[in-house]
Amino acid sequence: MARQLLKGCEAIAEAAIRGGCRYFFGYPITPQNDIPEYMSARLPQVGGVFLQAESEVAASNMVYGAAGAGARAMTSSSSPGISLKQEALSYIAGAELPCVVVNMMRGGPGLGGIQASQGDYFQSTKGGGHGDYHMIVFAPDTVQESVDIMYDAFDIADKYRNTVMLLADGLIGQMMEPVTLPEFKSDAQIQTAKPWAATGWHEGCGRPRAIVNSLHITDEDLEALHERLQATYRQIEANEVRVELFNTENAEIVIAAYGTISRVCRSAINELAKQGVKVGLIRPITLWPFPSQAIAQVAAEQSVKKFLTVEISAGQMVEDVRLAVNGKKPVEFFGYPGSRIATVDEIVAKVLEMKEG
Amino acid sequence: MLERNIFAGFGGQGVLLMGQLLAYAAMIEDKQVAWLPSYGPEIRGGTANCSVTISDQQIASPIVDYPNSIIVMNRPSLDKFEPQLIKGGKLFVNSSIIDRKAIRDDIEVYYVPCNELAMELGDARVANIVMLGAYLAATHCVSKESLMDALLHKLGERKAHLLPINQEAFEKGAAIVKQGK
Repeated sequence: MARQLLKGCEAIAEAAIRGGCRYFFGYPITPQNDIPEYMSARLPQVGGVFLQAESEVAASNMVYGAAGAGARAMTSSSSPGISLKQEALSYIAGAELPCVVVNMMRGGPGLGGIQASQGDYFQSTKGGGHGDYHMIVFAPDTVQESVDIMYDAFDIADKYRNTVMLLADGLIGQMMEPVTLPEFKSDAQIQTAKPWAATGWHEGCGRPRAIVNSLHITDEDLEALHERLQATYRQIEANEVRVELFNTENAEIVIAAYGTISRVCRSAINELAKQGVKVGLIRPITLWPFPSQAIAQVAAEQSVKKFLTVEISAGQMVEDVRLAVNGKKPVEFFGYPGSRIATVDEIVAKVLEMKEG
Repeated sequence: MLERNIFAGFGGQGVLLMGQLLAYAAMIEDKQVAWLPSYGPEIRGGTANCSVTISDQQIASPIVDYPNSIIVMNRPSLDKFEPQLIKGGKLFVNSSIIDRKAIRDDIEVYYVPCNELAMELGDARVANIVMLGAYLAATHCVSKESLMDALLHKLGERKAHLLPINQEAFEKGAAIVKQGK
């Protein structure tokens, strides 16, 4: 199929629809408005529903309701809006429901700014809302990868009855790149059996009442919920880790980075290669589950002397990199909080300084 | 091949569109391409810019720190971006409304009176296409045919009748470069 030149946000929206999304609930915020805008025009064409809610809290609770009825529902927002959505995301985890959320990160805290950032890593990978749960978090680095992830996001969410988050920085949403869009998934592919969904019970319908609820008031019930959740998380950790390794063989220094900044690092690595400095890249594509094993394996390589984590934040993923490296090698950090993106020159200089040191 | 371009001007001069047309044309030619806009509260009535990276290979960083070419449609853009151009890079200046010459002498400069040439065709809105004609005549980054295909795609059926005036605008810009600076 021919390539199309699409903006990240629009490509993500189209891929979501082709992957089975039929319900979108949202509230506007820059830099992700192209997603709801696109959805508002496109979803009715495929028999879907677009609804602009009165607030982010309402939008995410609508996703909760639609997911409880077995629909493929999603919402999207940008950092401050995602904070507002956390109530429902925690309830969705508590009710063991599948849904998809896009966060086009901008600078924070508070209303922050509207330029790209990676300041929501902690929020996304460590829960976000209250109560000891996880979302499956994907971090694409190109528009095409965003499409590929989004296309399968609902399948993965349904499989584990878990929220899937696509976590990108604002640049990926605003950037245009050529993409190949996949075919529409068939109704059979997207209408999977959901016996747990509350779709209307009647005498003799052959199943027990489906109850969608995040209140587990007895200790036993709550413990049972957590046993199920933890079992699901172990399965997700076993099956869903995605990571790209670039030039790590015989590398002296290995950079860990995700999203847009990983591409800046790739340019820096190419520059350093010209100077005869061997630098590799570990690019987590899933931030949770985190590719700890892949990082540990690279850390065990004799050639690797040091790690460097580069982020558009004050250093968040670096903590998970350190846990994975587990003291085998030093792990340094480079980056800026807010929206300042480290340049190729700065990353090259940092690596050269580490090599000397 | 690795071309890094910055298009800059006032919001409304069609600078984002110039970048998109180039990006689309490059895609038609099976090249890798990334189009990155500036976005923010400063755009409306202020300055807008976008960067376009074109390559035969996978594009690592889509962020342009050292452009090979800069296309400036207004004075603030010239002031902002001239220092960033690589040595020997190409600078395209909309001399209709930019009241100064380039300061640097280690770059190639093309002065293109985009607005006047567009007005000769009776439509100020094609000034950006005049500039694209000049840009492509100097860089040969993509073929004229690919750019016209991109333009036709962008215009769509409803505005396809505007193709001829855009073609003329393109030729006028190209002629400025071919005549010498």
